[in-house]
Amino acid sequence: MAYGKYTGFKGWLYKGSTPYYGFALHRLTAMGIILFVGIHVAASFSMQQALGTWGTTINIIYESWWFQIFVVFCVLFHTLNGMRVVILDIWPKLIKYSREAVYLEWAIFIPIYALTVFLIINGALSAG
Amino acid sequence: MRHRYVPQRGINLDYLMWLFTRISGLGIVFLALIGLASAMYMGARMQMDLPTGLRWTFLPNPNHVINSNIPDVTLGWANAFWQIMQYLIVFFAFTHAANGIRMITEDYVGHTFWQPFLRAFIALLWIGMLIVGIYVILGSAY
Repeated sequence: MAYGKYTGFKGWLYKGSTPYYGFALHRLTAMGIILFVGIHVAASFSMQQALGTWGTTINIIYESWWFQIFVVFCVLFHTLNGMRVVILDIWPKLIKYSREAVYLEWAIFIPIYALTVFLIINGALSAG
Repeated sequence: MRHRYVPQRGINLDYLMWLFTRISGLGIVFLALIGLASAMYMGARMQMDLPTGLRWTFLPNPNHVINSNIPDVTLGWANAFWQIMQYLIVFFAFTHAANGIRMITEDYVGHTFWQPFLRAFIALLWIGMLIVGIYVILGSAY
């Protein structure tokens, strides 16, 4: 995003197609992971040192199935998209196949994520 | 009149952090694979199942997310190998994250009056999270 240009809501309608949505999702999932890992470390510290009960409260949220679905989406997408970026950066000749790289990324992402979500929901239903 | 800031060419913070983001990203993936392989190798003697291995690799924290059905991760960090793995992951992950936050905020804030304060705040957050993360790992090694 160019510095000094406030794109606002129209920024989301930018016709950059699939790589742009990957860029936006990469940032959003990054913020998700930072939130998840930051709170996880803080809550670990709190529960280790027995600083009140808020660590236990966060523990309940972290063990709920909907939160795990969100976390798996963030981590898996950020990893795969990051690997795509790294591979295209290391071998710039492959940039002409960038669209195919995005399709390949989703082709890897969707089966793994679908299986994980199935297992999480299956476990949640059988446990509850 | 506003000028667009163009980074210098050559070795500078932006270039080094660009490189570090790639290397640390690959490093975290590599560490996760090593952790998974080691968990399977070490756990095979005890007939460990896959969920336990995954838990041991990705969430070996005995203080948090503790009520899962997966047993016995309390001994996970009482071992220099797993401690070093965790230190490396904590260092790579928080540095990668702090630089990511810096890049995202500076995309929106730019080179204004607030930039040094934001950088200082993010650096403080980075050091603080590193200390807390390493303290939790050290304190759990009982």
